[in-house]
Amino acid sequence: MTALAESTTSARAEVGAVPSFDVTLRIRRFDPDNGAEPRWEEFTVTAHGTDRVLDAMHKVKWEVDGSLTFRRSCAHGICGSDAMRINGRNRLACKALLKDLDPSKPITIEPIKGLPVIKDLVVDMEPFFASYREVMPFLITHGNAPSKERLQSPEDRARYDDTTKCILCAACTSSCPVFWTDGQYFGPAAIVNAHRFIFDSRDEGAVQRLEILNDKEGVWRCRTTFNCTEACPRGIEVTKAIQEVKRAMITRAF
Amino acid sequence: MQTHQYDVVIVGAGGAGMRAALESSTRARTAVISKLYPTRSHTGAAQGGMCAALANVEEDNWEWHTFDTVKGGDYLVDQDAAEVMAKEAIDAVLDLEKMGLPFNRTPEGRIDQRRFGGHTRNHGEAAVRRSCYAADRTGHMILQTLYQQCVKQDVEFYNEFYVLDVVLTHDLSAGTVPDGEEVSVAGVVAYDLASGEIHVFRAKSVVFATGGAGKIYKTTSNAHTLTGDGMALALRRGIPLEDMEFFQFHPTGLAGLGILLSEAARGEGAILRNSEGERFMERYAPTIKDLAPRDMVARAMANEVREGRGCGPNKDYVLLDLTHLEPAHIDAKLPDITEFARTYLGVEPYTEPVPVYPTAHYAMGGIPTTIDAEVLRNNTDVVKGLFAAGEVACVSVHGSNRLGTNSLLDINVFGKRAGIAAARYAETAPWHEMPDDASVATVEYIERLRDHATGERIADIRRELQETMDRNAQVFRTRDSLTTALSDITALKKRYRDASVQDKGRRFNTDLMEGVELGFLLDLAEVVVVGALAREESRGGHFREDFPTRDDERFMLHTMAYQRVRGDGQGTVELDYKPVIITRYQPMERKY
Repeated sequence: MTALAESTTSARAEVGAVPSFDVTLRIRRFDPDNGAEPRWEEFTVTAHGTDRVLDAMHKVKWEVDGSLTFRRSCAHGICGSDAMRINGRNRLACKALLKDLDPSKPITIEPIKGLPVIKDLVVDMEPFFASYREVMPFLITHGNAPSKERLQSPEDRARYDDTTKCILCAACTSSCPVFWTDGQYFGPAAIVNAHRFIFDSRDEGAVQRLEILNDKEGVWRCRTTFNCTEACPRGIEVTKAIQEVKRAMITRAF
Repeated sequence: MQTHQYDVVIVGAGGAGMRAALESSTRARTAVISKLYPTRSHTGAAQGGMCAALANVEEDNWEWHTFDTVKGGDYLVDQDAAEVMAKEAIDAVLDLEKMGLPFNRTPEGRIDQRRFGGHTRNHGEAAVRRSCYAADRTGHMILQTLYQQCVKQDVEFYNEFYVLDVVLTHDLSAGTVPDGEEVSVAGVVAYDLASGEIHVFRAKSVVFATGGAGKIYKTTSNAHTLTGDGMALALRRGIPLEDMEFFQFHPTGLAGLGILLSEAARGEGAILRNSEGERFMERYAPTIKDLAPRDMVARAMANEVREGRGCGPNKDYVLLDLTHLEPAHIDAKLPDITEFARTYLGVEPYTEPVPVYPTAHYAMGGIPTTIDAEVLRNNTDVVKGLFAAGEVACVSVHGSNRLGTNSLLDINVFGKRAGIAAARYAETAPWHEMPDDASVATVEYIERLRDHATGERIADIRRELQETMDRNAQVFRTRDSLTTALSDITALKKRYRDASVQDKGRRFNTDLMEGVELGFLLDLAEVVVVGALAREESRGGHFREDFPTRDDERFMLHTMAYQRVRGDGQGTVELDYKPVIITRYQPMERKY
């Protein structure tokens, strides 16, 4: 243990008042280039105070095994890089605090499901982003733009606020049992991003988007299991948003 | 190895890169190369807002915004550039609204505006409502909106490609190319993370939009990926870096963690208090108090702690008090940052003050550019076809201290300018030869790092670098502390040459890329410290305890730092200086 890590510890301990503890990470490893089958590997590291799963994984990567591979960037739940399946539930590694996960037992960490694994916890995100792109996730307007801003009342702005929070981490889509069995399904994240525009009073593309989502791989595949809502690290009511899109499809009111 | 050819290559897909791409891709064949998926870029972490003198809620004009920017930067701002930014701010906000950005609204449906540090009415009379915002996730909304527009325009992306070299027609690293000689860009060399393969991109125009370098410090609001890649690549190819000693420490990082809590909290009425419960900013900035510019607030906080008025068992932080604000107001205006306090510190901001301490946040310096984002290779000559915008660049609109919200503004105004200028240049520019051995240096570099059988861990060297920078080159600096930092960095650079990575594979080798990034950090930390040692004055974000006042006689100048490679093949940092452009505002003492 270096002096630096110790000073970090004391700074955090006084804030969170949570003591150090040992934690075992049980991590799903896979590298197709070395020919081996996917396997579980366990690492035990000392964690501190308010450490997150990401901190423990960095400890493994930086101090034990540099080949452990995962994506991460902002480390505070904003960039959406580090969605993974932690103790069987999709979360962001940077938002899951070890102390909240019962660190007395091994913490299992797997890649999110339903997308091809590239290496360890890194999956191919292309199919996910392809679905996103298909719902026309951008403002569609006709006619001339005003010289100043378009007006929008605070109430109209509030109508789609929840779905603007999406960070495209794929935690919702890769928690969806329908998506696991049918990779063609648009998935919750794409529908959330369609919702964000369908219910934006400035947008004029709702009919086109609803047409796209009326497809056999569209919103009607949703079985309202609420996995997506539980998985969303941004607290978006994903299932509710999907239901609202379904209702709009029938009533054509949005 | 694969080769590609584009009129314009944009490196980086944050706000500046994507804003540039939206302009460039309609005019010229454009590719965007990013080491992350675009929506992972750190623009998304920006919170508080983007200032523009829309005057939607009270009287305001762009001239006041220009003045605030110049004064906020402690007069090291190039005033022509600040004027461009403040004027074009208004259209920049309206552009984003037309792209669909969900700004908060006034009861009349206009874009709402709120107060922010250092932004004032009529040259400092009182705080003004100038920041256009979307709750405390304005950066997230900008990043998402720009990506949405890139999807709409079918912009071509190379995601998870690391650009590791920029190819110029001349070798500038020895400093032997005469002033006035025409030097052009030929392209870039990139590394595909998924396959480990090298890709060479030939281009008429290259735009660097790679963001900041906060990871030279330990306590930082910056992402793990903010390793100053573009700055370091330019430096190594003989292009100077301007004003790198000016690094912004954001006052309100979560104590011990560095996670950003937006200045918008204070804009909405939150108050900083010391262990005596005192609103100490009243002593440091009697007029605008908690909404003084960041450098002053950060120093005031550090000073309170030094003088024994810090909070907590070790008295090493102060408190951000929101408890007098209505919970409903907090939920509406500051939902994300209050959640950060709950998630990471277990503190409930409705009822408890939040422990905060300054966190390394923003590089005011960077690659010097003109107001059209053209990269300068000395005080006057541009590198033809090479552009830079956003945090990687130094226009200079931020001088020695950036005002809050001016970074989201910078990326939109100068990202747009860079995209237009790059595409226009490519319309008539000739192609330059891409030498056959263009990628050799890159390949040798990464193979040496990967194939070193044994050696010190990258993470150990990085940790020591970050520690010495936090201890010796942070809010308060002295000749002694900076000398210590410099000798530490020199020793770490030596150790880095023998370091090794554990992952020897080609597929998605993030271990290897962390090794490459550490090389960037070491070069940049050295430039920061060398510039800080030479600047024997205190100005904006650079505070020397041994020279505590601003010295306009000697230092009303931009630092221009060059890495010169001499006989032994190792680079040394050499400094030159460049005059500041002053138009309307003569330097005055900075009081708030």
